[in-house]
Amino acid sequence: MAHLSLTNVGKTYGGSAQAAVADVNIEIRDGEFIVLVGPSGCGKSTLLRMVAGLETITQGEIRIGERLVNQLDPAERDIAMVFQNYALYPHMSVRDNMAYGLKNRGESKAVIEERVAEAARMLELRPYLNRKPRALSGGQRQRVAMGRAIVRQPSAFLFDEPLSNLDAKLRVSMRMEIRKLQKRLGTTSLYVTHDQLEAMTLADRLVVLNGGRVEQIGAPLEVYRAPASTFVASFIGAPAMSLLDANVENGQVMLDGHALAPVAHEAGPVTLGLRAEDLRITPGGVPMRVDYVEELGAQRIVHGFVGEQALAIIDTSEAPLPETVHLGVAPSRVHLFDARTGRRIETASQPVAVPAE
Amino acid sequence: MIATRLRKGGSRSLDRLFPLILLPVALIALGPVLRLLLEGVGLGDGLTSEHLTTVLTREGTRTALLHSLVTAGGGTLISILIGASFAFLVALTDIRGKGALVFCLMVPMMIPPQITALAWMQVTGPSSVLLKMLGLAPPLGSPQPLHSPQGIVLLLGIQHASLVFLTLRAGLRMIPADLVEAARMCGGGTLRVWAQVVLPLSMPALIAGAAMAFVTALGNFGIPAMLGIPARYSTLPTLIYQRLVGLGPSVLPEVAVLSLLIGLVAIAGVLAGRVVLSRGGFGLVGLSGTPLAFSLGRARLPVEIALWAFIAMILVLPLLALLATSLIPAYGVPLSFETATFKAWHEALLVQPVTRRAYANSLFLAVAAALILMAICLPLAWLMERRPSRITRLLDGLIDLPYALPGVVLSIACILTFTRLPFTDLTLYGTIWIILMAYLARFFVVMLRPIQSSLAQLDPAMEEAAASVGARLGRRLRAIVLPLAAPSAAAGAILVFLTAVNELTVSALLWSSGTETLGVVIFNLEDSGETVMASALAMSITCLIIALMAAVQLGARHFPKGTIPWQS
Repeated sequence: MAHLSLTNVGKTYGGSAQAAVADVNIEIRDGEFIVLVGPSGCGKSTLLRMVAGLETITQGEIRIGERLVNQLDPAERDIAMVFQNYALYPHMSVRDNMAYGLKNRGESKAVIEERVAEAARMLELRPYLNRKPRALSGGQRQRVAMGRAIVRQPSAFLFDEPLSNLDAKLRVSMRMEIRKLQKRLGTTSLYVTHDQLEAMTLADRLVVLNGGRVEQIGAPLEVYRAPASTFVASFIGAPAMSLLDANVENGQVMLDGHALAPVAHEAGPVTLGLRAEDLRITPGGVPMRVDYVEELGAQRIVHGFVGEQALAIIDTSEAPLPETVHLGVAPSRVHLFDARTGRRIETASQPVAVPAE
Repeated sequence: MIATRLRKGGSRSLDRLFPLILLPVALIALGPVLRLLLEGVGLGDGLTSEHLTTVLTREGTRTALLHSLVTAGGGTLISILIGASFAFLVALTDIRGKGALVFCLMVPMMIPPQITALAWMQVTGPSSVLLKMLGLAPPLGSPQPLHSPQGIVLLLGIQHASLVFLTLRAGLRMIPADLVEAARMCGGGTLRVWAQVVLPLSMPALIAGAAMAFVTALGNFGIPAMLGIPARYSTLPTLIYQRLVGLGPSVLPEVAVLSLLIGLVAIAGVLAGRVVLSRGGFGLVGLSGTPLAFSLGRARLPVEIALWAFIAMILVLPLLALLATSLIPAYGVPLSFETATFKAWHEALLVQPVTRRAYANSLFLAVAAALILMAICLPLAWLMERRPSRITRLLDGLIDLPYALPGVVLSIACILTFTRLPFTDLTLYGTIWIILMAYLARFFVVMLRPIQSSLAQLDPAMEEAAASVGARLGRRLRAIVLPLAAPSAAAGAILVFLTAVNELTVSALLWSSGTETLGVVIFNLEDSGETVMASALAMSITCLIIALMAAVQLGARHFPKGTIPWQS
C-alpha cells in the first residue's frame, strides 16, 4: 500500500521533437482508484508503462510511496500489472502463473501455497489451478491475470485496458468485480482505458488525457458536471455534449439569434456546451428542426439543427414530434467555453428558470 | 467445386482448362519419387524383397548409415549452438548492425557445400597458403585435420546453422512482448526471464529448425564427399555415389534401396520434429507490435565483437584462404607479391573448355529451371489459392517431398524414371535434360511458396471487383494477379537460380561428359589435384552468389514479407 506521485512527468522518444507525454502532475492517495482515460494515442498507456518501468522517463519524477523509482528496474518497484492480452505464460499452469513472481522473489513454499490458494478462492479459480491458460475462457484468463497481480501484494496495481478483449456483457461484470476486489484489498490502482463509461464507473478520480497532456483531473461527477475544456466535454458522457458557436449579449447566451439562458459573462462569442440529458422540450424557447429520432425504449434521442448547428436532446415522452420543437435548459446546466482556447468559462449560474412564454 | 463451375458455362472456359496444369506438375514433381518407391520392391524383375535384404544386411551399408547418423547428428548440434546463439542475440537484444550480421550468417548456406569444404581445406593442413604466409603451416606430410569425421561434423554444422537461425528467429518473433514485460515485472532478471519464459516458448521453433538442419545435413553430399572420401569415411550419399560411379547403372536396384534408406531416415527426422511441434503448440495469444528487446547494457560491445569475430572465422577466414590459394601459380608455392598471379583465374574462366562448358551448363540449367518454374507456378499457385480442391491440397502437401528428400534420393529416382522414358525407347540419361527435370522437381517448392504467400495476402475482393466490371479470368490474371504477384515470383526465380547454380548433389550423379555443372567441375578439379584452379573457379562462383544475394537484398523492399529467406 502506498501513495503514488507523478511530478512534471514527461516522455520524448528519441528522434521525435514532439513529446509523447508532457508535464503530468498527479498525486494519488493510498488506496485510491485512478483511471487514465483518453482517445487512442493520447499517451495514457505510455504514462502507465513509465510508472511500471517498461518505458524510460525522460522528464520529471515518479515516486511510489516515498521512493523515487525513475531509475529502478520494474521488478524493484513493487507493483503488479495486468496486461491487455493478459500475458499469461502459456507453458505454465494457472497455479505456476500465479506463483511465478513469488518464486522469483524467493518466498517460501508455504507462503506461495497460501497466497495462491487465497487468490484462487477470491477469484473463484480453484477448479482451474492445474489447467494451462489455453484451456480457459477469456473471462477466466482475465481472472488469472488479476490473480497473478494479487498474490504479490504489491503497493500498486497497474491495469492496461484489461477488459478490452472481453465481450460487452463480460466486460460489465468484470468491471464490477475489479472494483469490488480493489475496494476490499485497498490497493492503490492506476487503470488505463479509452472507454469513458468504464472510466466513469470505476474511478475514484479520472485523469483525462489529450495529446500527452492532462486536460482535467477530478471525480467522475465533477468532470461530468464541469468539464474543463471542450475536449473533456465531448469525451465524457454519452451521447457526447453538443458544442455550438453562440454569443453572449446583454447577459443572455444567444443561440442562432434566440435567447437560451441568462449568464454572467461579458458579451462576445463563446462555445456553448449542452448535454442532451439537460435539454428539455418546452412550449417556447430556441426552435430546433428535428432531423431524426433514435428510440431507446426508456427514452429517445432527438437529433436536429438549430440554424446550421447539430444538436441532440434526450426526450422521455412518447408523443409524436412536430417538425420543429422548442428547447429550454436550466441556466445551471449551461456550459460555456472560451471560443478561442476551448477552456471552460466559470459563470455564476443564475438560479432563474427559463421564462415560460 | 469444379463441377459446379463447369455448369455455369462459356465465360469460364479458362477455369476448365486450368486444372490440367496439375497433371504435368504431379508427373514431374512426384513421378520420380513414386518410381523409386516401386523400385525398392523390385519393379521390373518381379516383386521381390531380395535387394532389400542383400543391401541392408551388408556391412558397408550399416557403417555408412552409422556414419550418416553420426555426422548429421553432430552437425545438427553445432548448427543449434551457432544458429540458436545468433537467433537469441539478434532477435532479443539491442545489438547493432543486425541486418549485416544476418546477411553474413546466411552466406555459408548459399555457398555450395563443396566450395565450403574446399575453402576450409585451404585454411588448415600442411599446404595451406594462408598458414604458410603466416609461417604457421604444419610440416609437410602431416595429415589434413578436416579429412575426418570431426571435420565433416564441423563443416556441416556451419553450413546449416542458418536453418536453425531462421526458424528460431521466426519463432521468437511470435512471442508477445508483454509476456516478457510481465515476467520482468514479476522480478525476473534478464537471464531468468530468458530461461523460464523465452526458452520454453521458443523450444518448438528450435526443434523444428534442428529437424531441418538434421535432414539437410543427412542429404549433404559435397562436404562428406570432399572430406570423407579421402579419409575412407563413407556416409550414405557418398556410398551411393561411389557405387554408382564405380559400377555403373547395373547397381541401380541396389542404390535405389540405399536411397530409400536415407529417405526413410530423413522422413523419420521430419516426423519427429512435427510430433514435437504438435505437442508444443501453446497457442500464443496476442501480438504486441513491439519486438522483444533486452538491453545488453555494457555487455553490448563485447557481444557485438564476439559475433563479428565469429563471422570472420566462419566466413571471412575460409574465403580468404580460398582466395589466397587461387592466386598462387602452382600448388605448394607460397603466396607473395612476386608470386601472386591471376593465371589460375584466367585458366579456369577463359581457357579450360570444361569450366567454360560448366559455366554455360549451370547458367542454362539455372535460368531454364527458374523460368519454367515461374511459368508453371504462377497459375498453379493461383489455382491452389482460389480454387482449392482435394487434389490441389494433396499436391500442396506432397510438393515439399522432392526438396525435403536428400538430393541423392531424387537423383536416383530421376535416373530410374528417365533412363527409359515410359512407353518409348527414348532416354534422357546422359543428356542435360535429365538434370533439368531433376532441378524442376527439386526446386518446385522454392518457387511455389513465395508466390503462394503473396497470393494469399492478395484480397480476393480485388479480383471480384474486376470480375464485377466484366473482366474475364484471363484478363484478371494478366491485369491484377500477375502484376501483384510479380515481385515474389521474381524473388522465387532468383532463389531458384541461386540454388540451382550451386547445385552439386543431384548433378554429381546425373552428369556425363559434356553436361558437367559448376558443382561437378569443382569437385572433379579438386579430386584430380587441381586445387588452385578449383579454388579460382570456386572463388568466382562465390563472388557471383554474393553479388546476386546483395542484389536481392537491395531490392528487398519491393518483395512481399517472407519471400526472401534471410529477411522477414
